[in-house]
Amino acid sequence: MINVLKPGLQTTVQDRGRIGYYEIGMPPSGAMDKYAYTVANLLVGNDPSAAVLEITYLGPVLEFGKTMKISLTGGEIPPKINGQPVPMWTTLEVREGDQLSFDFVKGGARVYLAVEGGIAVPLVMGSRSTYTLIGIGGFEGRALAEGDVIHTADMIQKTVAAGTSVDASLIPTYGKTHDIRVVVGLCSYRLTDASKETFLATEWTVTPEANRTGYRHRGERLQFVEREQPFGAGSNPSNVTDLGYPIGSIQVPDGVEPIVLLHDAVTGGGYATIATVISSDLDRMAQVKTNEKVRFVSVTMAEALEARRDVQAKLGRVAQMIESGS
Amino acid sequence: MKEVSQMQTRYEYGGDEFIFVQLSEAMSLEANFKGIAITRKLKEANLQGVQDICPSNASYMVRFDPDVIEPEELMAHLQQIEREMEGLDDITITSRLVDVPVYFNDPWTHEALMRFRDRHQTPDSTDLEYSAKINGYDTTEAFIEAITSAPFLVSMIGFVPGLPWCFQMVPQEKQIEVPKYVRPRTFTPERAFGFGGAFSVIYPVQGAGGYQLYGIAPSPIYQKEQTLFDFQDSIVFPKQGDIFRYRSIGADEYQAIREQVEDGSFIYHKKEIQFTPGEVLADLEAFAERALRRLYHD
Repeated sequence: MINVLKPGLQTTVQDRGRIGYYEIGMPPSGAMDKYAYTVANLLVGNDPSAAVLEITYLGPVLEFGKTMKISLTGGEIPPKINGQPVPMWTTLEVREGDQLSFDFVKGGARVYLAVEGGIAVPLVMGSRSTYTLIGIGGFEGRALAEGDVIHTADMIQKTVAAGTSVDASLIPTYGKTHDIRVVVGLCSYRLTDASKETFLATEWTVTPEANRTGYRHRGERLQFVEREQPFGAGSNPSNVTDLGYPIGSIQVPDGVEPIVLLHDAVTGGGYATIATVISSDLDRMAQVKTNEKVRFVSVTMAEALEARRDVQAKLGRVAQMIESGS
Repeated sequence: MKEVSQMQTRYEYGGDEFIFVQLSEAMSLEANFKGIAITRKLKEANLQGVQDICPSNASYMVRFDPDVIEPEELMAHLQQIEREMEGLDDITITSRLVDVPVYFNDPWTHEALMRFRDRHQTPDSTDLEYSAKINGYDTTEAFIEAITSAPFLVSMIGFVPGLPWCFQMVPQEKQIEVPKYVRPRTFTPERAFGFGGAFSVIYPVQGAGGYQLYGIAPSPIYQKEQTLFDFQDSIVFPKQGDIFRYRSIGADEYQAIREQVEDGSFIYHKKEIQFTPGEVLADLEAFAERALRRLYHD
């Protein structure tokens, strides 16, 4: 049992996501930084699909109702237990009555709290992830609020000794400028050649509209190829006949402020999509904050797959280390 | 099928987990039927590693796990399905015909649209008056008659869970087209019936929106609790490929249906229909007549 003394800015229950319902307009939701999510579960010996808490910018204050192992991964929002700093990326043991709180964010944007056994909330369409727009999944379909009482589940696979930690080489670091790799494509034919270059050359500034549905960026104005708009497409040059939006796809309504759509985004609409963030860099996108800088770097599919394998190899090493340390 | 051969297909990757296939830049029934046919074939193939198959208006999207299926292999498979599809005449599509009651000019959407007049093209008229006028109808009654006299194909589901984009099954010169609001509203009532571009929608839940507002449906599009008969298998009712007939109702019938929804007895009136795209495209009026007869009299 965990008591929510203060909820933080936005603390939600998340897991791997609700996969397979895109066709009905249901985005997957799920942990924004899957690397941090996966490591958090490994550090407490959980089933890899166990639910955790995703903590955003400003951390909650939580009180534990029994002795249990926990772990904290992701961005640097320094955690404290009973006021004393504790390490992230480490298996910790808390006791009944212990309070977890956080200092102000130092780097990154989101922290993952895994508890031994996972967070116990009902499965909704195969996932425990919160989707607040229609109020399903997670804890009553919403972010945590003061006074909530959360229970733990029994999705445990092995015992991990307290003090087990992840090697520094496997812990991502987050600066204030971010290179985010994308595969250019989808409806990029709608952009002029000059604007395609501008898109990749500009250092974009993340606006305050940066959340689980998407990140909006300020920078240069982009131009679309002039044409007579096709039937059904809508009148703005950035409009196309309504189509599906991949997770991580980037659209530029009216040529201003590119938006990267993320895990709780709308699943389709009438804006031309021009590129897609590769899966391994969606994790990095999750750790970007308002006012930080983003540069989009074009990669090929082969490079995207290599980056994906790199992440998997790192997770393999983390799992191995935890195995041998326990 | 001349129109189909003129459509130019684009195959694109969306990062390392998506393939996006644009069948046509313009919306048309042909493009939508082709998307239905391809995505249904793809579903039947039951390929390992394919996670989502999302047919859209004039395109479709596939989400896959590149650890299970090579992107190039999947791409080649999709192209092969398209190549093997010689024409649309030999495809039979089975779909649901559904009676969808709409209370036009209702007090709730009227109140919502009056609140946001400053975001609309014409602050001095209603969305119905404006839309009737720019589409060449003398009265709003004639405009509503145009919407309710021919069925709509549910051409895409998305944006938010269950939202049906519907494209009327009439020749292009008869298609209604309206712009979206100049600036989107921050409020739209749940179940509002709207129109934007060449598409009608019903908003499943309350929220922001930019479509012209004409009325409200008494029956739900989305039901989280899944207590109604039509929601036993899914929290959303519409399916891509459904054919909706919007039927104009008054306040009394609206109230009666709302009571059925609340007491759990409401069931959508619907029939199954089979058609070939070729037959539909050859004579849309004949198809509309057959569909309405099947829905209400068979």
